[in-house]
Amino acid sequence: MNKIKLATVWLDGCSGCHMSFLDMDERLLELSSQFNLVYSPLVDFKDYPEMVDVALVEGAISSVEDEHKIQHIRKHTTLLVAMGDCAVTGNVPAMRNPFGPLPILERAYHENVSAQPQTPSVIVPALLEKVRPVHEFVSVDLYLPGCPPAADTFFTVITELLAGRIPDVASLTRFGA
Amino acid sequence: MAQTITIDPVTRLEGHGRITLKTNDQGEVSEAYFSVTQVRGFEKFCEGRPYYEMPALMARICGICPVSHLIASAKACEAIMSVEVPPTAAKLRRALNLAQTIQSHALSFFYLASPDLLLGMDADPAERNIFGVAKAHPELGRAGVGLRRFGQHMIELLGRKRIHPGWVVPGGVTQPLEQAKREEILALLPEAYANIKMALTAYKRIAGRFQDEIDSFANFPGPFMGMVSESGGLAFTDAGLRMIDAEGLVLVDNLEAAGFDDCIGEAVEPYSYMKFPYLKSLGYPRGAYRVGPLARLNIASHAGSPLADIEMNEFKKLANGPVLGSFHYHHARLIEILHGIEAIEQLFSDNSILDKHVRARAGVNRQEGAGIAEAPRGTLMHHYKVNDNGQITWANLVIATGQNNNAMNKGVLQTAQRFVKGDKLSAGMLNRVEAVIRTFDPCLSCSTHAYGEMPLAIELLAPDGTRLDLVQRP
Ligand code: SF4
Repeated sequence: MNKIKLATVWLDGCSGCHMSFLDMDERLLELSSQFNLVYSPLVDFKDYPEMVDVALVEGAISSVEDEHKIQHIRKHTTLLVAMGDCAVTGNVPAMRNPFGPLPILERAYHENVSAQPQTPSVIVPALLEKVRPVHEFVSVDLYLPGCPPAADTFFTVITELLAGRIPDVASLTRFGA
Repeated sequence: MAQTITIDPVTRLEGHGRITLKTNDQGEVSEAYFSVTQVRGFEKFCEGRPYYEMPALMARICGICPVSHLIASAKACEAIMSVEVPPTAAKLRRALNLAQTIQSHALSFFYLASPDLLLGMDADPAERNIFGVAKAHPELGRAGVGLRRFGQHMIELLGRKRIHPGWVVPGGVTQPLEQAKREEILALLPEAYANIKMALTAYKRIAGRFQDEIDSFANFPGPFMGMVSESGGLAFTDAGLRMIDAEGLVLVDNLEAAGFDDCIGEAVEPYSYMKFPYLKSLGYPRGAYRVGPLARLNIASHAGSPLADIEMNEFKKLANGPVLGSFHYHHARLIEILHGIEAIEQLFSDNSILDKHVRARAGVNRQEGAGIAEAPRGTLMHHYKVNDNGQITWANLVIATGQNNNAMNKGVLQTAQRFVKGDKLSAGMLNRVEAVIRTFDPCLSCSTHAYGEMPLAIELLAPDGTRLDLVQRP
């Protein structure tokens, strides 16, 4: 049997969605015989593979780097899942939108600093003017709301996907669940 | 020829990071930068929102240690309200924080670090992950999953949700503990004890294999800061902070949340969104210090629970004075898990844990408040100002991982100097440079109030800035 290629991606989120994925506990170890985790903060591959079957994306898009990544991931993924409210709606990261990036940087790196105040500018990526959910940049195949979606939800969704079916998410979770 | 190396992303880490190494004309690594590439703005976008919303909002900084944010935030709010939390609520929150420390340490040790420790720094990258560990060492893999599950399950039993529970509020907790849940939690303990004992035995058996790493992974003298109980034992909530120097002499003692900003400053470097906290009296960068499990074990004289006391005694024999090698963070983490289980047993064995009075109520009585807690990765501080309506007008957060920023940078340089040879990046070398960061278990989401997949790039640069080699995620 050809194992499904699974990726998990972490953009502007709190990692809580990834933690909830891990909350499948022993069930995750058992499921893992049916997929290859080919790209994820949990494994050591540095390159996104040529083609991934299912990618779970946590977090909103908030920097030029996030934007670049989500475009790349979309091109190389068959089924892209927006995992959690940050990916689905922008959620907490988007709360910075009414202020814009400058006051954010001003507060963190000038006002609340006692030595060498400056806006970091080398190596680090620039922030986008607004934080936006994943579907405003690329097409999304499945939305999995929740902050985070519960481990049982992940289990059902992944079991269904492994069986080649698209799960009915509405009965499993809701915004902020 | 001098050059620059980039590692991007640093994997098996919690957040977005990148490593840049520069070599000199002799081809030796002369500079190293660890950059965190995300920032989210919690200190700003909380403005205008009611203070009592802060714990639930600030918890969204981090899905791994939301409980520490809940507690530090609630404590800052309680300073604004000028209320004292009912004793049982304080105990319940202490237990919740310990449960989180256990699950977070289990994540760090088993899911992120153990692939290096159990399979080897030079193991096949395809197998070097928790699934590989579970295949090669099924018992230990399951012990790790079991310990993380124990902490998460207990958080769920207390707070009704494993991640971002809404139970902790300014003034205490929303609901008292029921007898049935107390029994359920006590029934989880035997398995947790068995799992941590197995892990400690296994770790001590293999630690000797890593002498090179012990010597070169951020092994240097410098101060440590952490919370300590009145009797000098381990503490994670409701106590003051102490800072010691590399000889163990006390630099700062009984530091409370309200005095934190006066004592600790923050600096910025151009290459990272993560700030660099330091002890103001020593200045920057001299006043940089380390926090977290290693710091706490160096500062406390004892754990305050029988089995962990024995382990801590043994740990302290690793050095004459504070243990300076950051590789030992791994060992310290396991001892803290054991202590956490024992401390939870102590708290839940006392009938006062069932007391029904668990929430104090008040409005805005002061316009400023700060709160501290020990997060799994070290000291965490939330500081807010409000107007008369209780709306936030300003906030500052000093996060555990940031306080290890300087040490991580030093550690990367030290390790790179030891393991990088010539102008090519070998995979085992790369993994070691990443592994030094993993010993700190950095939560880069927290530290920039950001979280993200860790895009660690290692870039090797020549002295003139031209790129010689690059390894990174897309
Ligand atoms: S949806 Fe919630 S749990 Fe998931 S990343 Fe966003 S804030 Fe964290």
